[in-house]
Amino acid sequence: MTPSERQLERERYRRRRTLTRGAVAAVSTIVVIGLLVYVVGSSPGWERVHKTYFWWPDAKAAFPEVARSFWLNIRLFLVVEVLVLIVGVLVAIVRVIPAPALAPVKLLAVVYADVFRGTPTLLIVLLVGFGLPALNLTGMPTSLFWLGVIALTLSYGAYVAEVIRAGILSIHPTQWASGRALGMSYGQTMRHVVLPQALRRVAPPLLNDFVSLQKDTALLSTIGLVESLRAAQVISGKDFIFTPYVVAAAFFIAATIPLARFTDYLTVRSLRRENGLVT
Amino acid sequence: MSSSVLRADAVHKSFNGTEVLKGIDLDVAEGEVVCLIGASGSGKSTLLRCLNLLEQVDDGDIWLGDAEITDPRIDVDAIRRRIGIVFQAYNLFPHKTVLDNIVLAPVKAGGRSRAEAASTALELLARIGLEDRAGAYPDALSGGQQQRVALVRAIAMRPEVLLLDEITSALDPMLVGEVLDVIRDLRTEGMTIVMATHEMAFAREVADRIVFMADGRIEESGPPDQLFTAPQSARTAEFLARHRS
Repeated sequence: MTPSERQLERERYRRRRTLTRGAVAAVSTIVVIGLLVYVVGSSPGWERVHKTYFWWPDAKAAFPEVARSFWLNIRLFLVVEVLVLIVGVLVAIVRVIPAPALAPVKLLAVVYADVFRGTPTLLIVLLVGFGLPALNLTGMPTSLFWLGVIALTLSYGAYVAEVIRAGILSIHPTQWASGRALGMSYGQTMRHVVLPQALRRVAPPLLNDFVSLQKDTALLSTIGLVESLRAAQVISGKDFIFTPYVVAAAFFIAATIPLARFTDYLTVRSLRRENGLVT
Repeated sequence: MSSSVLRADAVHKSFNGTEVLKGIDLDVAEGEVVCLIGASGSGKSTLLRCLNLLEQVDDGDIWLGDAEITDPRIDVDAIRRRIGIVFQAYNLFPHKTVLDNIVLAPVKAGGRSRAEAASTALELLARIGLEDRAGAYPDALSGGQQQRVALVRAIAMRPEVLLLDEITSALDPMLVGEVLDVIRDLRTEGMTIVMATHEMAFAREVADRIVFMADGRIEESGPPDQLFTAPQSARTAEFLARHRS
């Protein structure tokens, strides 16, 4: 079928309009960035800021040390992310389970979520990092790595539990009803019907918490872990330069990007599937 | 008379102080098709949900074969595997394909192997003409197709009784027919069915017995020809007259 003259005219107009709008967006973006560069670059203090924060030779010098210590941040957040998911799912399920006999455990879960969500993460890090070893309990880890893992898991587990609980509660009760009506137990319905839908629904806010968690591994420098922020601090302390901090910041940013793209991918994939566009 | 499959004795149920079922007695024989009719709010859905133990009765007993299933010591999940139910809103699992929707419960709760459950599922899908949609997600199907899949999902558990809760009420009139066809087939195979419905003509055609409910009670029940042509109660007559117009 050949399109009508009227349709061709419409398409020409749409193409023209897209081009015009694209051009306007491109020009205005360039102008804004150019202005920013000009204003910052021509400011009286730029020379000093440039030398202190963005000095290429300093960055190159700091890079190996910061990179090496960032490996610690990566190990920390990978371990904590797995543990946080486990704690989050368990606490969320305990809180939504409708069993009166579980009241004491449910109360514990509520207290846990309230206390650890309400306490600044830095305080938890300090309390766990210095308080737990002071108990002199047998079997209590004394390695700073594991103390850090415990502190961050306690703090983020509480957040993530609430996000997952919200996800579980957002699944329509009819999904529960059809799972149970088919003779599946509460646990089977939770595991195969409700939880998969809930986790998919809360993936974006969950990612948000994970990004925040990755950054907060830097808090563990306060209990003496030489992760990348601490490493940068050591270098900058010697020469009174801040460029190493910027290098560390670049590492943190770089670490969050794959996570963000991965969640985007998952979201798009499940949307596409469940809206009938099978790929 | 053939043996009783499902029986309700003086079943009462209230929600927030409102009594929805005020003493229901119902006895369903093997292979019998019972249609529950009545205005919205008359208690049809609540009765079905009680029969399937999705709601706890406030008083009275429910029997499945010779087991009293209102006994709190009973294994509720095991009972529900023997009583299928399909809802008005299909309630398929949106994150699973058509095939996985059907196979999930037989595998997880019915203890069947995935291969066996899948071959049964494909057979059932073929019978309703949807075998080519086995890999599709529910949102890609029309309402009628989804409801037929929901029926197959319930049947795949090989229940002794099938409860149908107004399963055509959410459907486009064009799609009602294909769902009713499946019910006709099930009846031919001897499936015991209790269905709440507003499809009077269908009820009359397919039911062995019509039960008319009003205000949480069974107002009248009887064979379709008798109930539709010569209702005993004035209330039944009034309801039927309104539905005919």
